[in-house]
Amino acid sequence: MPVQSKRFSILAERDINKETFVEPWPEAGLIVTDSPYDPAPSLRIENGRIVEMDGKARVDFDAIDIWIADHGLNLAVAAEAMATPSQQIAHMLADINITQQAVRRLAEGCTPAKLCEIIRHMNVLEMMMGLAKMRVRRTPANQAHVTNWREHPALLAADAAEAALRGFAEVETTVRVARNAPLNALAILVGVQTGRGGVLTQCSVEEALGLKLAMKGLTTYAETLSVYGTERTFVDGDDTPWSKAFLASAYASRGVKVRFTSGTGSEALMGNAEQCSMLYLEARCLLITRGAGSQGVQNGSISCIALPESLPGGVRAVLAENLLASMLGLEVAAGNDALASHSSIRKTAKLMLQFIPGADFIFSGYSAVPKRDNLFGGGNFDAEDFDDYNVLQRDMQVDGGLRPISEQEALEIRHEGAKALQAVYAELGFPPITEEEIIAATIAHSSDDMPERDIIVDLAAADGFLAGEQNMLTIVNALQKHGFIKTAENVLKMGRQRVAGDYLQPSAIFDKNFHVLSGVNDVNDYTGPGTGYRLENERWDEVQRIPQAKSPRDFVNPQIGEPTEKLVEIGPVKPGSRQEIVVAVGPAFNQAMTRTIGGLEHEDVLKAILTGVASEGLTARIVKIHQSSDCAAIGHIGADLSGSGIAIGMQSRGTTVIHKKGLARLNNLELFPQSPSLTLEHYEAIGRNAARYAKGVPTRPVAVKIDNWARLKLIVKTALLHRRETEQITDQPPGELLFDWEPEV
Amino acid sequence: MEQDKTLKTAQPQYPLMENHAETLRAASGRSVNEIDLAAALADELSPDDLQISAETLRAQAQIAAQASFTQLAENLSRAAELTAVPNEELLNMYTAVRPGRSTYAELQTLAETLETTYHAPLNAQLVREAAAVYQQRNMLKRNL
Repeated sequence: MPVQSKRFSILAERDINKETFVEPWPEAGLIVTDSPYDPAPSLRIENGRIVEMDGKARVDFDAIDIWIADHGLNLAVAAEAMATPSQQIAHMLADINITQQAVRRLAEGCTPAKLCEIIRHMNVLEMMMGLAKMRVRRTPANQAHVTNWREHPALLAADAAEAALRGFAEVETTVRVARNAPLNALAILVGVQTGRGGVLTQCSVEEALGLKLAMKGLTTYAETLSVYGTERTFVDGDDTPWSKAFLASAYASRGVKVRFTSGTGSEALMGNAEQCSMLYLEARCLLITRGAGSQGVQNGSISCIALPESLPGGVRAVLAENLLASMLGLEVAAGNDALASHSSIRKTAKLMLQFIPGADFIFSGYSAVPKRDNLFGGGNFDAEDFDDYNVLQRDMQVDGGLRPISEQEALEIRHEGAKALQAVYAELGFPPITEEEIIAATIAHSSDDMPERDIIVDLAAADGFLAGEQNMLTIVNALQKHGFIKTAENVLKMGRQRVAGDYLQPSAIFDKNFHVLSGVNDVNDYTGPGTGYRLENERWDEVQRIPQAKSPRDFVNPQIGEPTEKLVEIGPVKPGSRQEIVVAVGPAFNQAMTRTIGGLEHEDVLKAILTGVASEGLTARIVKIHQSSDCAAIGHIGADLSGSGIAIGMQSRGTTVIHKKGLARLNNLELFPQSPSLTLEHYEAIGRNAARYAKGVPTRPVAVKIDNWARLKLIVKTALLHRRETEQITDQPPGELLFDWEPEV
Repeated sequence: MEQDKTLKTAQPQYPLMENHAETLRAASGRSVNEIDLAAALADELSPDDLQISAETLRAQAQIAAQASFTQLAENLSRAAELTAVPNEELLNMYTAVRPGRSTYAELQTLAETLETTYHAPLNAQLVREAAAVYQQRNMLKRNL
């Protein structure tokens, strides 16, 4: 027996086989749901205080248990929730007749183990139904990552401006060198407020530095407040639920929106999963988050995503964690951010679990820059996938939060964003951004397209900026003085919004008019077909208008030219009696159309066929069929009229058949359905073969290259050309065409 | 019916920016309507003019509570208290409640400061709770 299969060696090279797959190992926390060590749900309340939770008495509680017991659950409904069968709550999640509020009321009384038990009853389709309903904000949205490895300020501003124009409601940046944080935060602030007013921004850095940036007015939200499901991991992350809760309040006290971060796999990765499943630990994280009063969470495994995806059920578990968060009334930025797969099929399939139901943020960072410039772990979808993503929205009539833009719009806004930042740099006395850098940033795709900057000088400016008195107002005035009024106004409006604090409410974003949309005034009211958010009206028009879409007219025009005067219809045709070939052409031939779909002139095609017929010593009559545009019918009628009983039937777009009198209409001697592949040599060979059939000599069918992509590429054109031919149909009987041309024999 | 536009009303209307702009004030006391480009250019604005006030945070807390986001409401109430704490001190306080940073006594002192100096009883309560748990779970500063 051979030991190697050619097919298996091809499969081994496929992207999917670059992935890592591992068998579950609960003792190491390598299990996504239902570890044998996960506790069973239980809850005992005495004197308004939880004394036992998920099989553990209060004396045995660790710090996380204490926090969840004292802050995470709504005790008023806990007894009812815990007594409700988990399968019943699972049903409520999938049942379109049950409102979001009814499910949330019970979810708020569930312990972590109870939440996991609900999920146990659900498949991904039911969970998607659940997410569509439980998502806090009615309108779905998207968040971008904007970074570059060079940390080039002009490129950050240009990419942020483009991201804002593309529709992202939040833009997040981070650092390669931590000291760059204030300048990176500044660049994306100026960039997004140039691209589209009202986009929220943040810079992901160490907690205390993040708070400093927010205090300076450089950021409007903070997302990377990480929490973990075991006590050891939490402390390794240098926080406790109490310090995280304090930090959340500190941010809010400065008018900054806060979202915690958690996600399956982090505890296993940090070596302290306590033998529990990833989902159980995530359920604990979510109750910590809710207890701390964070309005939301980014979960969906985030930077650990490759770990759950290496295990069976991993992608399902990631959807489950999104669903649990939304059940608890938390805004969800649903992951899909870090590089998770080599395979386009796998990454897209996974995305559908959040894309189709919709999430508050479908991505907690769609990489609006190329992967190699993404400092957040690669970017599962990146700038090179923009067109694909826009088409997915258009295909499914699903709002993925983005809009298509033209190259011209992109260039203009990138230039404007970079120029605005140049003005701020000039006014604040930072190392200048040159015209050369502006041009480079305007047209750039990545850091590779940017000139190098003096990092030492930039870092010194960053240190001075962070320590000094310059703030949001300095930036506003710098922009004003240099004529960037719109950007100045938008930056200041973000300041005004900070004073109002409306965006501190759950799932808050701003639309382009600075109107806030949140779980308070844009409540998700989905209760089945015809309810909840629908992609329609202006927004649907916008999603449809991808620049690649052409007018139907554009498909037909190349086939329309001046008809040749050498071909004239002289009157009704009579059946032939000689040893001849009939060439039957469609009703649009050399009139409404003059070229085949492959661009061949009708006149040249006729010459080729006649030459082929003549090469076998026969002649041909040309006949126009008026009553059908169907290739088989044209050939069939032609064969009836042919003296030899052999006809070549041809539609005006070039699709051709060799037909024989007496054959059923849909039968034939040879059929050439792939007209785009046909050359004049082919048509000549078709003429020759038709003549050989008439002579009754052995004939080798014409070999035509099979191109299975042709149908895909040309189906719109084919449909429109066929429609054009069909429009020419009349009751007129077939007419004889006189062709003023003789083949050289 | 004439809508009550003040924030101290029993029912603040969300969004505040759209429903209460006339009475909405920054931490400095400046009206939100007087925060514009002209004022910025005339150097009339200070950083405090772009800071949220305790009163506004309490109104947002009320809105959150009414919409059944209970814990968020509690967070915003704590935030209202923390508006009184200066930036540097707030950063130091956060550091102090991180694991292994403070002794039990230091956390008690912090709670006392929050309560008396900044009239922040909710935050004081949170810090006292932390002190008790940190002691129980060995998360206090270790004496070297």
